[in-house]
Parts: sequence; structure tokens; C-alpha cells
Amino acid sequence: MTKARPHFSRKLLAIPYAVFLAIFVIAPLLIIVYYAFTDADGGFTFKNIATFFSGSGSDSFFASAQFKTILQSLFISFMSTLLCLLISYPVAYIIANCKLKNKTWLLMLFIVPTWVNFVLRINALKELLEWIGIYNKSNGWNLFNTILGMVYDFLPFMILPIYTTIIKIDKSYLEAARDLGASGAKSFVKITLPLSKAGIMSGVSMVFLPSMTNYVVSNYMTFNHTKIIGSFIDECFKNDLWNMGSVTALLLLTLMFLMTWATGGFNAQEDANRRGTSLW
Amino acid sequence: MVKVKTSLKWLFIGLIILFIYAPILLLTIYSFNKSELITSWEGFSWDHWKYFFDMDNQPLPIVLQTLLLAVVVATLSTLLGTVGAIGIFYSKKRSSSVLSGINQIPVINAEVVTAISFAFLVVALNIPKSTYIPLVVGQMVLCTPFVVLSVIPKLKQMDNNLYEAALDLGASPTKALFSVVIPQIMPGILAGFMLSITLSLDDYIIAAYTKPNTFQTISTHIYGLAKGGTVNTIKSSYWAFTAIIFFLIVLAVVIMNIRAHKKGGKKQ
Repeated sequence: MTKARPHFSRKLLAIPYAVFLAIFVIAPLLIIVYYAFTDADGGFTFKNIATFFSGSGSDSFFASAQFKTILQSLFISFMSTLLCLLISYPVAYIIANCKLKNKTWLLMLFIVPTWVNFVLRINALKELLEWIGIYNKSNGWNLFNTILGMVYDFLPFMILPIYTTIIKIDKSYLEAARDLGASGAKSFVKITLPLSKAGIMSGVSMVFLPSMTNYVVSNYMTFNHTKIIGSFIDECFKNDLWNMGSVTALLLLTLMFLMTWATGGFNAQEDANRRGTSLW
Repeated sequence: MVKVKTSLKWLFIGLIILFIYAPILLLTIYSFNKSELITSWEGFSWDHWKYFFDMDNQPLPIVLQTLLLAVVVATLSTLLGTVGAIGIFYSKKRSSSVLSGINQIPVINAEVVTAISFAFLVVALNIPKSTYIPLVVGQMVLCTPFVVLSVIPKLKQMDNNLYEAALDLGASPTKALFSVVIPQIMPGILAGFMLSITLSLDDYIIAAYTKPNTFQTISTHIYGLAKGGTVNTIKSSYWAFTAIIFFLIVLAVVIMNIRAHKKGGKKQ
């Protein structure tokens, strides 16, 4: 009886979105690959990649502008991620373990600013730096301000996933550790830290790539003086250097897939939490 | 000793909150400054606020059209994403995991890579930016995956027997979908919609690559002003806007908390 029923195939509903993804997500990535491996006439070539890694004009790759940009970008990204982690973990830990009745309220205080338009927020930070008097003073300050801007912008996205993993930790593990004579520090290192690894990973991947590519922050915080990989791509596009821009974009794509693979593949639920889905 | 530790904890939390809110508070204060400079306070005035609320000036119409864009993008993304999520959920395991995988790409990809690759496609397909199609579709690429991500968990929690029961009782599959499945996943759909709104409002990079030349969003407008580096009335009138947004959000959070509190109270 059940089998005879004309079973409306609900999986057919996936077709429109599958077509959408194929045209607007997959096809653009294929175009990037195409531009990365072709010359101006559309012929296959490795020249773009060779040029990228040799630095036309300058002596070697290590003296080239793109090498300097990559190095600077990696430094900014590494420092921003580290600082975000050093701030987020204690914040998430303190909120998750505090005795307040309404912890979400406290957490919200850290998440709410992300609902303000991010250019407005970065603009506000820039005005604050100008007010203090450290805006666009020297290269050192520019580097510092860029990192500050990245931390300011991405901090909430690190706090949230770490908080959600810490809050889920079964307290009885900690009680057991205490009963067996472990010190507070030891049970933290042996229990809390390993169990919150997923949150840390998610948070790190949420900050690392954006702070290497979000050129709005670096341009804003330094009056266009500090270049990162994102601004390099943007300039390539604007100056019609599409092949070079595509090579750089392809490098970032590869990095993205490597990071995803290294952190244990696509974890849909963690990704959904990244932007605070769980709070709505 | 314990007391010192506790107060140190809260001092740390307090400092971070200060770091997060100081810039917004500073702009709120200086939105009442007579001068357009952040560096000097020259007395109280409503000038920036008046400038912002005058429809003849640029900021307010731009804010309104940014909101309109966000609503259009969020509505389309929510429709596409909800239907897509239902489809993915009922697909065979392999195609479902392939689609979920592709769905993740715009979520974790660097925004500038998404933007530049999408801009290449727009050029390849020869769609004029003035049609607004690249802008709307580009932002949909950004938003729809998040709708899918917020709907799928609700589908997983859903009691599938209810759908079967509706069919057994003679409902058509379409009717069963609308009166049984959709109501159960509604919280996920709403979350996806709200998330899409904030993502669209927040977006600079995609908009910069896809918008018509004559069209501005809040993000592209402010970014353009900063590039000029000049002190001007438009820029400082956005301080007033920052203050308004901030107040609205605080208000929303307080209301949400009061409601949550009331609900919690009833349960007890």
C-alpha cells in the first residue's frame, strides 16, 4: 500500500540549488584556473606561475614585491590569529565557567558588534586611532594598526566557536579529575584543552584566511600603505592583470583546501556556528 | 587569593569589552561634535544628525537602498536555500555530501577570491552590471550557503513520521510539505533569513566587484569616502548613523533578553 503511493521525490528539490552552485560557485573557480594557466591569447602556459615566483623586473622572487607582500601578509595573519586566540580562549572560558544565570547575555555583548556594518566598525576604529594619534604615523604603526584592525574585526568569530565547545564539556570529567587528585592546571591541560580543540580549530580557520585577504581592513587602517595578499589580488584585477590575479587566487584556494583538509574536512555544523547561527 | 583571581578575571573581560565598544562609543560622542574632526571637540551640536536625516543628502537614501538590497537578497537566498536544503536532505548520500561540500566553498573561501572569480564569470557571460543581476546573485552566493546550513539541522531534528502520516491521511505531497515540513523547520528558515540580512548589509567586497557604477551601498560609500582622505560632512554624518545602529542593536538585544526571561519564568 505504502509502496504504491506516488512518492513525490523531494530530492528533486535539490536541482535548482545544484544548478545555482554549478554556475555561480564551481564555474567561477574553473575560470580562475583557466586564467592562471593561459596567456593573453588563451594558449596554455605555465608562464604566469613562473612570473609570479620569479618576479619580473627584480632580481629574484625573494626580492620581488609579491614576496614581500606574502611575507608581510603571513606575519599579519599569524599575529592576528595568535592574538585572537590569546584573547578569545580566556574570554570564552571565563564566560562558560562563570556562575551567572544568564551566560548568553554576557556572550551576546561580544557578538552584538558584528551586527554593525563592518566598514562602519573599521571606520570607527580608525577614528579612534586618529583620536589617540597613532593613525598612519610610520610603517611600524601601520603594521600594528593592521593587526589591531584584524583582531578587532574577527575576534567575535573566534570567541563563539570556542565558547560553544567549552560549554558542551561534561563537568563530570573535571570532577572525576579533581577526585583523582589532579590539580586545576593539570585537569585544564588534560581535559578542557583537548576537548575544546574543535572550537579552536574552527576559530583559527575563521581568522587566519580572512586576515590574510581582507584588504578593506589593511587599506583602511593604514591609508593604503600596508599591502596584503588580498590587496594584491584586488590591484591585479583593477589593473587588468587577470592572469597574475588568478595565480594568486589559486594559491589562496589551495591554501583553503589544505587548511580544510588539515582541520578534518568540512564540518558543516561548526561552519554554521561561525556567523552566530546558533544565537538566532 | 580566590577573590583576587575572580576580580582579575572580570577585569580582563571588562578590558576586552572596552576594546570592542570604545570605537563605537567614541563615534557616538563625536556625532554631537560641532566640528567634523575627530581630533578636536568644539562644542555640542545636532549638525551631523540633521545632515544625516536630510533626504537631500547622500547618506540616508544610500542607507535605505542598502536595506532594500539586503531584503531582496535575503528573500531570494532564503527561498533558494530552503528548497535546496530540503532537496539535499532527501538526496542519496553521495549527491547529498557532494552538494554539502560545494555549499561550504563560499563559506570558507576568502571573500576576495569569491568576488574576483564571480566578477570573471560576469565578464564571461557578458551580463551588464547595470542590470543589478551580478550584485544580487553575487550576494546570494555569499548568503544562500548559510541558509542551507541553518535549515539542515532543523530537518535532522524533524519527526519524519508526521510527513508520512499526512500522506496517509490523504494530503498531497505539496500540501504535506507546506503544512507539515515547513512549519517544523521554520526557526531554521528565519535564522537563515536574518543571517542573510546581516551578511548582505555587511558585505563590501562582493558589492565592490559587482555593483552598477551609479549604485552605492553603505559599505562602498564609506570606503570610497575614506579613500579620498578628506574631512567632510558626509563622513561625520555617518557617525550619527553608527550611533543609531548601535542603539537599535542594544535595544533589540535587551528586548530579546526580556522576552527570553519571561518565557523562562513561565516554564518555572
